[in-house]
Amino acid sequence: MGELTERIAPVAPGAAIIEVEDLVKRYRKGKTNAVDGISFSVRSGEFFALLGPNGAGKTTTISILTTTLIPTSGRVRIGGNDVVTQASSVRRQVGIIFQNPSLDMNLTGEENVRFHAVLYGLYPYRPQFRLMPTAYRQQVRELAALLSIEADIFRPIKVLSGGTRRKLEIIRSLMHRPAVLFLDEPTRGLDTNGRRNLWEYLRGVQAAGTTVFLTTHYLEEAEAADSVCIINRGRIVSFGPPSRIKAELVSEHVLIDADDRDRLRAELVTRGVAFAETPLFKIKLDGRSAHQLLKAIDTPLSVVAIHQPSLEDAYLSIIGKIDD
Amino acid sequence: MTELGPVLAIAQRDLMKLLRDRPRMVTTLVFPLLLIGVLGGSLQANLGRHLGFDFLAFTFTGVFGQTLFQTTAQGVISMITDRENDFSQEMFVSPISRYSIIVGKILGESLVALPQAVAIIAFALIVGIRASAAQFGGLVVVGLLICLLGGAFGILVLSNLSSQEMAGQIFTFVMLPQFFLAGIFNPIKVLPPYLDILSRIAPMRYAVDLGRAAFYAGRPESARVVLDSPVVDLAVIGGMFTVFLIVGTALFVRSERNR
Repeated sequence: MGELTERIAPVAPGAAIIEVEDLVKRYRKGKTNAVDGISFSVRSGEFFALLGPNGAGKTTTISILTTTLIPTSGRVRIGGNDVVTQASSVRRQVGIIFQNPSLDMNLTGEENVRFHAVLYGLYPYRPQFRLMPTAYRQQVRELAALLSIEADIFRPIKVLSGGTRRKLEIIRSLMHRPAVLFLDEPTRGLDTNGRRNLWEYLRGVQAAGTTVFLTTHYLEEAEAADSVCIINRGRIVSFGPPSRIKAELVSEHVLIDADDRDRLRAELVTRGVAFAETPLFKIKLDGRSAHQLLKAIDTPLSVVAIHQPSLEDAYLSIIGKIDD
Repeated sequence: MTELGPVLAIAQRDLMKLLRDRPRMVTTLVFPLLLIGVLGGSLQANLGRHLGFDFLAFTFTGVFGQTLFQTTAQGVISMITDRENDFSQEMFVSPISRYSIIVGKILGESLVALPQAVAIIAFALIVGIRASAAQFGGLVVVGLLICLLGGAFGILVLSNLSSQEMAGQIFTFVMLPQFFLAGIFNPIKVLPPYLDILSRIAPMRYAVDLGRAAFYAGRPESARVVLDSPVVDLAVIGGMFTVFLIVGTALFVRSERNR
Protein backbone atom coordinates (compact mmCIF):
# COMPACT_ATOMS: atom_id res chain seq x y z
CA MET A 1 0.00 0.00 0.00
CA GLY A 2 1.05 3.56 -0.52
CA GLU A 3 1.83 6.18 2.04
CA LEU A 4 -1.77 7.40 2.29
CA THR A 5 -2.98 4.52 4.39
CA GLU A 6 -0.15 4.59 6.91
CA ARG A 7 -1.93 6.68 9.47
CA ILE A 8 -2.34 6.59 13.20
CA ALA A 9 -5.88 5.60 14.15
CA PRO A 10 -7.34 7.93 16.76
CA VAL A 11 -9.37 5.06 18.21
CA ALA A 12 -7.89 1.74 19.36
CA PRO A 13 -8.48 -1.06 16.83
CA GLY A 14 -11.69 -2.87 17.65
CA ALA A 15 -13.12 -0.02 19.78
CA ALA A 16 -16.28 1.73 18.58
CA ILE A 17 -15.35 4.55 16.20
CA ILE A 18 -18.89 5.33 15.03
CA GLU A 19 -21.67 5.40 17.61
CA VAL A 20 -25.24 6.11 16.51
CA GLU A 21 -27.92 6.33 19.19
CA ASP A 22 -31.61 6.62 18.41
CA LEU A 23 -31.01 8.81 15.37
CA VAL A 24 -34.05 10.54 13.88
CA LYS A 25 -34.21 12.87 10.89
CA ARG A 26 -37.33 14.48 9.55
CA TYR A 27 -36.78 16.96 6.71
CA ARG A 28 -38.44 20.33 7.10
CA LYS A 29 -40.99 19.57 4.41
CA GLY A 30 -41.21 15.85 5.23
CA LYS A 31 -44.35 14.19 6.53
CA THR A 32 -42.52 11.11 7.83
CA ASN A 33 -39.12 10.49 9.34
CA ALA A 34 -36.46 9.81 6.71
CA VAL A 35 -34.45 8.12 9.47
CA ASP A 36 -36.60 6.79 12.26
CA GLY A 37 -34.74 5.97 15.46
CA ILE A 38 -31.75 3.90 14.33
CA SER A 39 -28.90 2.83 16.61
CA PHE A 40 -25.72 0.99 15.72
CA SER A 41 -22.00 1.15 16.20
CA VAL A 42 -19.02 0.46 13.99
CA ARG A 43 -15.69 -0.78 15.30
CA SER A 44 -12.39 0.82 14.29
CA GLY A 45 -10.88 -0.89 11.27
CA GLU A 46 -14.15 -2.55 10.34
CA PHE A 47 -15.70 -2.76 6.90
CA PHE A 48 -19.32 -1.74 7.49
CA ALA A 49 -22.08 -1.81 4.85
CA LEU A 50 -25.37 0.06 5.04
CA LEU A 51 -27.89 -1.52 2.71
CA GLY A 52 -31.38 -0.54 1.73
CA PRO A 53 -33.63 0.22 -1.21
CA ASN A 54 -34.02 3.72 -2.67
CA GLY A 55 -35.46 6.11 -0.12
CA ALA A 56 -34.52 3.86 2.82
CA GLY A 57 -32.54 6.65 4.51
CA LYS A 58 -28.97 5.65 3.56
CA THR A 59 -27.84 9.00 2.15
CA THR A 60 -29.61 10.87 4.97
CA THR A 61 -27.71 8.75 7.51
CA ILE A 62 -24.35 9.25 5.79
CA SER A 63 -25.00 13.01 5.48
CA ILE A 64 -25.60 13.26 9.24
CA LEU A 65 -22.54 11.14 10.00
CA THR A 66 -20.40 13.42 7.82
CA THR A 67 -21.80 16.64 9.40
CA THR A 68 -23.51 18.03 6.30
CA LEU A 69 -26.97 17.53 7.79
CA ILE A 70 -28.24 18.14 11.32
CA PRO A 71 -30.28 15.35 12.93
CA THR A 72 -33.76 16.01 14.31
CA SER A 73 -32.88 14.04 17.45
CA GLY A 74 -30.51 11.36 18.67
CA ARG A 75 -26.76 11.34 19.04
CA VAL A 76 -23.91 10.48 16.68
CA ARG A 77 -20.25 10.37 17.64
CA ILE A 78 -17.29 9.74 15.37
CA GLY A 79 -14.07 8.95 17.20
CA GLY A 80 -15.73 10.21 20.39
CA ASN A 81 -16.67 13.59 18.84
CA ASP A 82 -20.27 14.70 18.50
CA VAL A 83 -21.24 15.42 14.86
CA VAL A 84 -23.30 18.47 15.84
CA THR A 85 -21.28 20.16 18.58
CA GLN A 86 -17.80 19.03 17.47
CA ALA A 87 -18.34 19.02 13.72
CA SER A 88 -14.89 20.40 12.89
CA SER A 89 -13.12 17.60 14.81
CA VAL A 90 -15.34 15.03 13.08
CA ARG A 91 -14.51 16.49 9.67
CA ARG A 92 -10.80 16.04 10.28
CA GLN A 93 -11.35 12.34 10.92
CA VAL A 94 -13.52 11.44 7.97
CA GLY A 95 -13.06 11.15 4.25
CA ILE A 96 -16.06 11.03 1.95
CA ILE A 97 -16.82 9.80 -1.51
CA PHE A 98 -20.21 11.19 -2.38
CA GLN A 99 -22.90 9.44 -4.34
CA ASN A 100 -22.70 12.06 -7.09
CA PRO A 101 -19.29 13.13 -8.36
CA SER A 102 -18.09 16.17 -6.47
CA LEU A 103 -15.07 17.19 -8.52
CA ASP A 104 -14.79 20.65 -10.03
CA MET A 105 -15.10 20.14 -13.77
CA ASN A 106 -13.21 23.37 -14.52
CA LEU A 107 -10.06 22.15 -12.81
CA THR A 108 -7.58 19.37 -13.55
CA GLY A 109 -7.40 16.25 -11.42
CA GLU A 110 -4.33 17.50 -9.59
CA GLU A 111 -5.91 20.92 -9.00
CA ASN A 112 -8.88 19.20 -7.37
CA VAL A 113 -6.56 17.16 -5.16
CA ARG A 114 -4.49 20.25 -4.27
CA PHE A 115 -7.64 22.19 -3.41
CA HIS A 116 -8.56 19.47 -0.93
CA ALA A 117 -5.06 19.22 0.52
CA VAL A 118 -4.92 22.97 1.19
CA LEU A 119 -8.48 23.03 2.58
CA TYR A 120 -7.48 20.39 5.13
CA GLY A 121 -4.34 22.33 6.01
CA LEU A 122 -2.09 19.47 4.89
CA TYR A 123 0.13 21.71 2.78
CA PRO A 124 0.56 25.47 2.38
CA TYR A 125 -1.26 27.18 -0.48
CA ARG A 126 0.68 27.56 -3.71
CA PRO A 127 -0.92 28.61 -7.00
CA GLN A 128 0.81 25.91 -9.08
CA PHE A 129 1.77 22.24 -8.73
CA ARG A 130 5.45 22.91 -9.34
CA LEU A 131 5.49 25.42 -6.49
CA MET A 132 3.97 22.97 -4.00
CA PRO A 133 6.26 21.31 -1.40
CA THR A 134 8.19 18.25 -2.57
CA ALA A 135 6.28 16.02 -0.14
CA TYR A 136 2.98 16.96 -1.78
CA ARG A 137 4.27 16.40 -5.30
CA GLN A 138 5.67 13.05 -4.28
CA GLN A 139 2.45 11.99 -2.55
CA VAL A 140 0.33 12.91 -5.56
CA ARG A 141 2.64 11.08 -7.97
CA GLU A 142 2.66 7.97 -5.77
CA LEU A 143 -1.12 7.95 -5.44
CA ALA A 144 -1.57 8.47 -9.16
CA ALA A 145 0.81 5.57 -9.85
CA LEU A 146 -1.02 3.40 -7.35
CA LEU A 147 -4.28 3.90 -9.19
CA SER A 148 -2.63 3.91 -12.63
CA ILE A 149 -3.75 7.44 -13.50
CA GLU A 150 -0.33 9.11 -13.83
CA ALA A 151 -1.18 10.25 -17.35
CA ASP A 152 -4.59 11.61 -16.45
CA ILE A 153 -4.04 13.44 -13.20
CA PHE A 154 -2.94 16.66 -14.91
CA ARG A 155 -5.79 16.64 -17.43
CA PRO A 156 -9.08 18.56 -17.01
CA ILE A 157 -11.75 16.55 -15.20
CA LYS A 158 -14.25 17.02 -18.00
CA VAL A 159 -12.20 14.86 -20.40
CA LEU A 160 -11.73 11.97 -17.94
CA SER A 161 -13.80 8.77 -17.76
CA GLY A 162 -16.19 8.06 -14.89
CA GLY A 163 -13.81 5.44 -13.49
CA THR A 164 -10.84 7.81 -13.48
CA ARG A 165 -12.91 10.50 -11.81
CA ARG A 166 -13.90 8.06 -9.08
CA LYS A 167 -10.24 7.16 -8.55
CA LEU A 168 -9.41 10.84 -8.24
CA GLU A 169 -12.11 11.25 -5.64
CA ILE A 170 -10.60 8.38 -3.69
CA ILE A 171 -7.13 9.90 -3.87
CA ARG A 172 -8.59 13.17 -2.69
CA SER A 173 -10.57 11.66 0.16
CA LEU A 174 -7.53 9.80 1.48
CA MET A 175 -5.08 12.70 1.30
CA HIS A 176 -5.68 13.67 4.93
CA ARG A 177 -5.49 10.04 6.11
CA PRO A 178 -9.00 9.80 7.54
CA ALA A 179 -9.83 7.34 10.30
CA VAL A 180 -13.16 6.61 8.62
CA LEU A 181 -13.79 6.56 4.89
CA PHE A 182 -17.45 6.99 3.92
CA LEU A 183 -18.45 5.74 0.50
CA ASP A 184 -21.95 6.50 -0.71
CA GLU A 185 -22.57 4.06 -3.56
CA PRO A 186 -19.05 4.55 -4.89
CA THR A 187 -19.23 2.15 -7.80
CA ARG A 188 -22.37 3.63 -9.31
CA GLY A 189 -21.73 4.28 -12.99
CA LEU A 190 -18.51 2.25 -13.13
CA ASP A 191 -17.99 -0.69 -15.48
CA THR A 192 -17.10 -4.14 -14.15
CA ASN A 193 -13.38 -3.57 -14.52
CA GLY A 194 -13.56 -0.21 -12.80
CA ARG A 195 -15.51 -1.70 -9.91
CA ARG A 196 -13.06 -4.55 -9.48
CA ASN A 197 -10.06 -2.19 -9.42
CA LEU A 198 -11.77 0.07 -6.94
CA TRP A 199 -12.55 -2.77 -4.58
CA GLU A 200 -9.04 -4.17 -4.74
CA TYR A 201 -7.75 -0.78 -3.70
CA LEU A 202 -10.33 -0.23 -0.96
CA ARG A 203 -9.57 -3.61 0.55
CA GLY A 204 -5.99 -2.45 0.86
CA VAL A 205 -7.12 0.78 2.50
CA GLN A 206 -9.14 -1.18 5.04
CA ALA A 207 -6.29 -3.62 5.64
CA ALA A 208 -4.13 -0.66 6.60
CA GLY A 209 -6.54 0.22 9.41
CA THR A 210 -9.03 2.66 7.89
CA THR A 211 -12.64 2.05 8.86
CA VAL A 212 -14.72 1.74 5.68
CA PHE A 213 -18.38 2.74 5.82
CA LEU A 214 -20.21 1.84 2.64
CA THR A 215 -23.68 2.25 1.23
CA THR A 216 -24.38 0.28 -1.88
CA HIS A 217 -27.03 -1.21 -4.10
CA TYR A 218 -24.69 -4.00 -5.19
CA LEU A 219 -25.21 -6.70 -2.63
CA GLU A 220 -22.19 -8.71 -3.65
CA GLU A 221 -20.08 -5.72 -2.56
CA ALA A 222 -21.50 -5.98 0.95
CA GLU A 223 -20.83 -9.74 1.15
CA ALA A 224 -17.24 -8.96 2.12
CA ALA A 225 -18.27 -6.59 4.92
CA ASP A 226 -17.60 -7.37 8.58
CA SER A 227 -21.03 -6.01 9.51
CA VAL A 228 -24.10 -5.25 7.47
CA CYS A 229 -26.95 -3.01 8.51
CA ILE A 230 -30.09 -3.27 6.40
CA ILE A 231 -32.47 -0.34 6.66
CA ASN A 232 -35.85 0.22 5.10
CA ARG A 233 -38.14 3.23 5.50
CA GLY A 234 -35.72 4.76 7.97
CA ARG A 235 -35.59 1.76 10.34
CA ILE A 236 -33.06 -0.99 10.88
CA VAL A 237 -34.48 -4.33 9.82
CA SER A 238 -31.38 -6.47 10.22
CA PHE A 239 -27.89 -5.97 11.61
CA GLY A 240 -24.86 -8.20 12.00
CA PRO A 241 -22.22 -10.11 10.04
CA PRO A 242 -23.44 -11.22 6.59
CA SER A 243 -23.19 -14.90 7.65
CA ARG A 244 -25.55 -14.34 10.58
CA ILE A 245 -28.04 -12.33 8.54
CA LYS A 246 -28.09 -15.06 5.93
CA ALA A 247 -28.44 -17.82 8.53
CA GLU A 248 -31.26 -16.03 10.31
CA LEU A 249 -33.24 -15.04 7.32
CA VAL A 250 -32.69 -17.53 4.55
CA SER A 251 -32.41 -21.27 5.14
CA GLU A 252 -30.12 -23.49 3.14
CA HIS A 253 -32.03 -25.95 0.98
CA VAL A 254 -31.55 -28.73 -1.59
CA LEU A 255 -33.32 -29.05 -4.89
CA ILE A 256 -33.88 -32.58 -6.16
CA ASP A 257 -35.83 -34.31 -8.93
CA ALA A 258 -36.33 -37.84 -10.27
CA ASP A 259 -37.52 -39.39 -13.51
CA ASP A 260 -40.18 -41.13 -11.43
CA ARG A 261 -41.56 -38.06 -9.70
CA ASP A 262 -44.59 -39.85 -8.22
CA ARG A 263 -42.33 -42.35 -6.48
CA LEU A 264 -40.10 -39.57 -5.10
CA ARG A 265 -43.12 -37.59 -3.88
CA ALA A 266 -44.57 -40.69 -2.15
CA GLU A 267 -41.24 -41.53 -0.52
CA LEU A 268 -40.79 -38.00 0.87
CA VAL A 269 -44.32 -38.10 2.30
CA THR A 270 -43.68 -41.52 3.83
CA ARG A 271 -40.42 -40.35 5.43
CA GLY A 272 -42.08 -37.19 6.77
CA VAL A 273 -39.76 -34.85 4.81
CA ALA A 274 -41.41 -31.46 4.20
CA PHE A 275 -40.98 -30.20 0.63
CA ALA A 276 -42.29 -27.75 -1.91
CA GLU A 277 -42.52 -28.40 -5.68
CA THR A 278 -41.04 -25.36 -7.44
CA PRO A 279 -41.34 -27.45 -9.83
CA LEU A 280 -38.19 -29.19 -8.50
CA PHE A 281 -38.56 -30.66 -5.03
CA LYS A 282 -37.26 -28.02 -2.63
CA ILE A 283 -36.33 -29.32 0.83
CA LYS A 284 -35.13 -27.02 3.63
CA LEU A 285 -32.13 -28.44 5.46
CA ASP A 286 -32.94 -26.83 8.82
CA GLY A 287 -29.61 -27.79 10.31
CA ARG A 288 -29.44 -31.28 8.74
CA SER A 289 -26.58 -32.07 6.42
CA ALA A 290 -27.39 -32.48 2.72
CA HIS A 291 -25.47 -35.75 2.70
CA GLN A 292 -27.63 -37.18 5.51
CA LEU A 293 -30.84 -36.22 3.73
CA LEU A 294 -29.84 -37.55 0.31
CA LYS A 295 -28.51 -40.82 1.73
CA ALA A 296 -31.93 -41.61 3.18
CA ILE A 297 -33.71 -41.33 -0.22
CA ASP A 298 -34.03 -44.59 -2.20
CA THR A 299 -35.68 -43.20 -5.36
CA PRO A 300 -33.04 -42.73 -8.09
CA LEU A 301 -32.48 -38.95 -8.43
CA SER A 302 -31.95 -37.13 -11.74
CA VAL A 303 -31.20 -33.67 -10.26
CA VAL A 304 -29.38 -32.71 -7.07
CA ALA A 305 -28.49 -29.08 -6.23
CA ILE A 306 -27.58 -27.52 -2.92
CA HIS A 307 -28.58 -23.86 -2.57
CA GLN A 308 -26.27 -21.70 -0.43
CA PRO A 309 -28.11 -18.48 0.45
CA SER A 310 -26.53 -15.22 -0.60
CA LEU A 311 -26.85 -11.87 1.08
CA GLU A 312 -29.05 -10.89 -1.84
CA ASP A 313 -31.49 -13.69 -0.89
CA ALA A 314 -31.55 -12.39 2.68
CA TYR A 315 -31.98 -8.81 1.52
CA LEU A 316 -34.81 -9.65 -0.86
CA SER A 317 -36.43 -11.77 1.83
CA ILE A 318 -36.34 -8.88 4.32
CA ILE A 319 -37.44 -6.17 1.92
CA GLY A 320 -40.07 -8.48 0.39
CA LYS A 321 -41.60 -9.27 3.79
CA ILE A 322 -41.75 -5.61 4.75
CA ASP A 323 -43.28 -4.51 1.47
CA ASP A 324 -45.91 -7.28 1.71
CA MET B 1 -4.37 33.57 10.12
CA THR B 2 -4.23 29.78 9.85
CA GLU B 3 -6.98 29.59 7.27
CA LEU B 4 -5.38 31.99 4.79
CA GLY B 5 -4.28 29.06 2.60
CA PRO B 6 -7.81 27.63 2.21
CA VAL B 7 -9.21 31.13 1.59
CA LEU B 8 -6.66 31.69 -1.21
CA ALA B 9 -7.31 28.23 -2.67
CA ILE B 10 -11.07 28.93 -2.83
CA ALA B 11 -10.39 32.34 -4.39
CA GLN B 12 -7.98 30.90 -6.97
CA ARG B 13 -10.56 28.34 -8.02
CA ASP B 14 -12.94 31.11 -9.08
CA LEU B 15 -10.28 32.96 -11.01
CA MET B 16 -9.25 29.75 -12.82
CA LYS B 17 -12.86 29.15 -13.75
CA LEU B 18 -13.05 32.56 -15.41
CA LEU B 19 -9.71 32.26 -17.20
CA ARG B 20 -10.72 28.88 -18.66
CA ASP B 21 -14.08 30.08 -19.87
CA ARG B 22 -13.34 32.37 -22.84
CA PRO B 23 -16.97 33.07 -23.87
CA ARG B 24 -17.68 34.16 -20.29
CA MET B 25 -14.62 36.40 -20.30
CA VAL B 26 -15.72 38.10 -23.49
CA THR B 27 -19.30 38.70 -22.32
CA THR B 28 -18.25 39.97 -18.88
CA LEU B 29 -15.90 42.46 -20.51
CA VAL B 30 -18.12 43.59 -23.38
CA PHE B 31 -21.42 44.16 -21.57
CA PRO B 32 -20.28 47.06 -19.33
CA LEU B 33 -18.60 48.69 -22.30
CA LEU B 34 -21.87 48.54 -24.23
CA LEU B 35 -23.70 50.18 -21.34
CA ILE B 36 -21.19 53.02 -21.14
CA GLY B 37 -20.75 53.45 -24.89
CA VAL B 38 -24.34 53.16 -26.04
CA LEU B 39 -26.35 54.38 -23.08
CA GLY B 40 -23.85 56.91 -21.77
CA GLY B 41 -23.05 58.18 -25.25
CA SER B 42 -26.67 58.68 -26.29
CA LEU B 43 -27.66 60.34 -23.01
CA GLN B 44 -24.69 62.69 -23.19
CA ALA B 45 -25.60 63.69 -26.75
CA ASN B 46 -29.23 64.41 -25.84
CA LEU B 47 -29.21 65.57 -22.24
CA GLY B 48 -25.59 66.30 -21.33
CA ARG B 49 -25.53 70.03 -22.00
CA HIS B 50 -28.57 70.67 -19.75
CA LEU B 51 -27.14 68.87 -16.73
CA GLY B 52 -23.94 70.78 -16.30
CA PHE B 53 -21.74 67.70 -16.12
CA ASP B 54 -20.43 65.12 -18.56
CA PHE B 55 -22.98 62.32 -18.79
CA LEU B 56 -20.51 59.86 -20.30
CA ALA B 57 -18.26 60.16 -17.23
CA PHE B 58 -21.34 59.92 -15.01
CA THR B 59 -22.40 56.67 -16.71
CA PHE B 60 -18.83 55.38 -16.62
CA THR B 61 -18.58 55.76 -12.85
CA GLY B 62 -22.06 54.32 -12.38
CA VAL B 63 -21.41 51.27 -14.55
CA PHE B 64 -18.02 50.81 -12.86
CA GLY B 65 -19.65 50.50 -9.43
CA GLN B 66 -22.64 48.52 -10.68
CA THR B 67 -20.52 46.02 -12.63
CA LEU B 68 -18.19 45.23 -9.75
CA PHE B 69 -21.05 44.99 -7.27
CA GLN B 70 -23.17 42.81 -9.54
CA THR B 71 -20.35 40.52 -10.73
CA THR B 72 -19.23 39.74 -7.20
CA ALA B 73 -22.78 39.26 -5.93
CA GLN B 74 -23.64 37.05 -8.89
CA GLY B 75 -20.44 35.04 -8.43
CA VAL B 76 -21.17 34.35 -4.79
CA ILE B 77 -24.71 33.33 -5.68
CA SER B 78 -23.16 30.82 -8.12
CA MET B 79 -22.46 28.71 -5.02
CA ILE B 80 -25.99 27.49 -5.57
CA THR B 81 -24.65 25.79 -8.71
CA ASP B 82 -21.93 24.19 -6.62
CA ARG B 83 -24.58 22.97 -4.22
CA GLU B 84 -26.57 21.42 -7.05
CA ASN B 85 -23.41 19.87 -8.53
CA ASP B 86 -22.40 18.54 -5.12
CA PHE B 87 -19.09 20.38 -5.23
CA SER B 88 -20.08 22.51 -2.24
CA GLN B 89 -20.19 19.32 -0.16
CA GLU B 90 -16.47 18.96 -0.72
CA MET B 91 -15.97 22.39 0.83
CA PHE B 92 -18.55 21.96 3.57
CA VAL B 93 -17.18 18.65 4.83
CA SER B 94 -13.73 20.19 5.21
CA PRO B 95 -12.70 21.28 8.72
CA ILE B 96 -12.26 24.98 7.87
CA SER B 97 -14.56 27.69 9.23
CA ARG B 98 -17.70 28.42 7.24
CA TYR B 99 -16.68 32.09 7.29
CA SER B 100 -13.40 31.20 5.58
CA ILE B 101 -15.35 29.48 2.81
CA ILE B 102 -17.51 32.56 2.28
CA VAL B 103 -14.59 35.01 2.55
CA GLY B 104 -12.63 32.91 0.03
CA LYS B 105 -15.60 32.96 -2.30
CA ILE B 106 -16.00 36.73 -2.01
CA LEU B 107 -12.29 37.23 -2.59
CA GLY B 108 -12.37 34.92 -5.62
CA GLU B 109 -15.30 36.70 -7.18
CA SER B 110 -13.58 40.03 -6.51
CA LEU B 111 -10.61 38.75 -8.50
CA VAL B 112 -13.04 37.78 -11.25
CA ALA B 113 -14.44 41.32 -11.26
CA LEU B 114 -11.01 42.93 -11.39
CA PRO B 115 -10.38 42.41 -15.14
CA GLN B 116 -13.73 44.11 -15.72
CA ALA B 117 -12.59 47.12 -13.69
CA VAL B 118 -9.42 47.37 -15.79
CA ALA B 119 -11.38 47.00 -19.03
CA ILE B 120 -13.90 49.68 -18.02
CA ILE B 121 -11.13 52.15 -17.12
CA ALA B 122 -9.30 51.41 -20.37
CA PHE B 123 -12.53 51.98 -22.30
CA ALA B 124 -13.09 55.26 -20.45
CA LEU B 125 -9.69 56.47 -21.59
CA ILE B 126 -10.43 55.41 -25.17
CA VAL B 127 -13.71 57.35 -25.31
CA GLY B 128 -12.03 60.46 -23.95
CA ILE B 129 -12.93 60.45 -20.27
CA ARG B 130 -10.07 62.21 -18.57
CA ALA B 131 -8.97 62.06 -14.95
CA SER B 132 -5.73 62.11 -13.02
CA ALA B 133 -3.87 58.93 -12.17
CA ALA B 134 -4.80 59.54 -8.53
CA GLN B 135 -8.48 59.70 -9.42
CA PHE B 136 -8.33 56.45 -11.40
CA GLY B 137 -6.23 54.92 -8.63
CA GLY B 138 -8.81 55.98 -6.05
CA LEU B 139 -11.48 54.38 -8.21
CA VAL B 140 -9.63 51.05 -8.21
CA VAL B 141 -9.23 51.08 -4.41
CA VAL B 142 -12.93 51.87 -4.03
CA GLY B 143 -13.58 49.09 -6.55
CA LEU B 144 -12.19 46.54 -4.09
CA LEU B 145 -14.55 47.80 -1.37
CA ILE B 146 -17.45 47.62 -3.82
CA CYS B 147 -16.55 43.99 -4.57
CA LEU B 148 -16.56 43.14 -0.88
CA LEU B 149 -19.98 44.73 -0.41
CA GLY B 150 -21.33 42.97 -3.52
CA GLY B 151 -20.01 39.63 -2.27
CA ALA B 152 -21.57 40.08 1.17
CA PHE B 153 -24.85 41.10 -0.48
CA GLY B 154 -24.60 37.95 -2.62
CA ILE B 155 -24.25 35.68 0.40
CA LEU B 156 -27.31 37.28 2.01
CA VAL B 157 -29.34 36.65 -1.16
CA LEU B 158 -27.91 33.12 -1.48
CA SER B 159 -28.88 32.23 2.08
CA ASN B 160 -32.52 32.68 1.10
CA LEU B 161 -32.39 30.62 -2.09
CA SER B 162 -33.12 26.96 -2.57
CA SER B 163 -32.44 26.40 -6.27
CA GLN B 164 -30.59 27.79 -9.26
CA GLU B 165 -33.88 28.56 -10.98
CA MET B 166 -34.99 30.60 -7.99
CA ALA B 167 -31.62 32.38 -8.01
CA GLY B 168 -32.24 33.66 -11.55
CA GLN B 169 -35.68 35.00 -10.66
CA ILE B 170 -34.72 36.60 -7.35
CA PHE B 171 -31.52 38.10 -8.70
CA THR B 172 -33.38 40.19 -11.27
CA PHE B 173 -35.81 41.30 -8.58
CA VAL B 174 -33.13 42.44 -6.13
CA MET B 175 -30.64 43.79 -8.67
CA LEU B 176 -32.53 45.59 -11.43
CA PRO B 177 -34.36 48.12 -9.18
CA GLN B 178 -31.01 49.03 -7.65
CA PHE B 179 -29.74 50.14 -11.07
CA PHE B 180 -32.19 53.02 -10.89
CA LEU B 181 -32.22 53.54 -7.12
CA ALA B 182 -28.41 53.81 -7.14
CA GLY B 183 -28.45 56.28 -10.04
CA ILE B 184 -26.22 54.41 -12.43
CA PHE B 185 -27.64 56.04 -15.55
CA ASN B 186 -30.12 58.46 -13.97
CA PRO B 187 -29.30 61.39 -11.69
CA ILE B 188 -30.97 60.87 -8.30
CA LYS B 189 -29.86 64.03 -6.54
CA VAL B 190 -33.52 64.91 -6.24
CA LEU B 191 -36.05 62.14 -5.64
CA PRO B 192 -39.63 61.98 -4.38
CA PRO B 193 -39.71 60.87 -0.71
CA TYR B 194 -40.81 57.26 -1.35
CA LEU B 195 -38.04 56.74 -3.90
CA ASP B 196 -35.55 58.50 -1.66
CA ILE B 197 -36.28 56.00 1.12
CA LEU B 198 -35.90 53.07 -1.25
CA SER B 199 -32.70 54.54 -2.64
CA ARG B 200 -31.21 54.91 0.84
CA ILE B 201 -31.73 51.23 1.63
CA ALA B 202 -30.23 50.05 -1.67
CA PRO B 203 -26.65 48.83 -1.01
CA MET B 204 -25.60 49.60 -4.60
CA ARG B 205 -26.29 53.32 -4.01
CA TYR B 206 -23.38 53.57 -1.55
CA ALA B 207 -21.07 51.50 -3.75
CA VAL B 208 -21.68 53.71 -6.78
CA ASP B 209 -21.60 56.92 -4.76
CA LEU B 210 -18.25 56.08 -3.15
CA GLY B 211 -16.83 55.41 -6.62
CA ARG B 212 -18.08 58.76 -7.83
CA ALA B 213 -16.72 60.48 -4.73
CA ALA B 214 -13.26 59.10 -5.60
CA PHE B 215 -13.51 59.98 -9.28
CA TYR B 216 -14.96 63.47 -8.86
CA ALA B 217 -12.77 64.44 -5.88
CA GLY B 218 -11.65 68.06 -6.35
CA ARG B 219 -13.79 68.61 -9.46
CA PRO B 220 -16.37 71.40 -9.67
CA GLU B 221 -19.20 69.04 -10.76
CA SER B 222 -18.69 66.89 -7.64
CA ALA B 223 -21.50 68.67 -5.76
CA ARG B 224 -23.95 67.93 -8.60
CA VAL B 225 -23.03 64.25 -8.90
CA VAL B 226 -21.94 62.89 -5.53
CA LEU B 227 -24.82 62.21 -3.11
CA ASP B 228 -23.25 61.65 0.30
CA SER B 229 -19.98 62.33 2.05
CA PRO B 230 -17.39 59.54 1.46
CA VAL B 231 -17.32 59.07 5.23
CA VAL B 232 -21.05 58.29 5.22
CA ASP B 233 -20.62 55.95 2.23
CA LEU B 234 -17.72 54.15 3.90
CA ALA B 235 -19.58 53.80 7.19
CA VAL B 236 -22.70 52.42 5.51
CA ILE B 237 -20.66 50.06 3.32
CA GLY B 238 -18.71 48.82 6.35
CA GLY B 239 -21.89 48.31 8.37
CA MET B 240 -23.77 46.58 5.56
CA PHE B 241 -20.77 44.36 4.76
CA THR B 242 -20.49 43.20 8.37
CA VAL B 243 -24.20 42.55 8.81
CA PHE B 244 -24.65 40.87 5.41
CA LEU B 245 -21.60 38.65 5.93
CA ILE B 246 -22.50 37.49 9.43
CA VAL B 247 -26.24 37.09 8.90
CA GLY B 248 -25.84 35.68 5.37
CA THR B 249 -23.23 33.10 6.40
CA ALA B 250 -25.21 32.02 9.45
CA LEU B 251 -28.41 31.64 7.41
CA PHE B 252 -26.61 29.88 4.56
CA VAL B 253 -24.93 27.36 6.84
CA ARG B 254 -28.19 26.76 8.66
CA SER B 255 -30.07 26.20 5.41
CA GLU B 256 -27.30 23.82 4.24
CA ARG B 257 -27.27 21.65 7.35
CA ASN B 258 -30.80 22.05 8.62
CA ARG B 259 -32.77 20.92 5.60
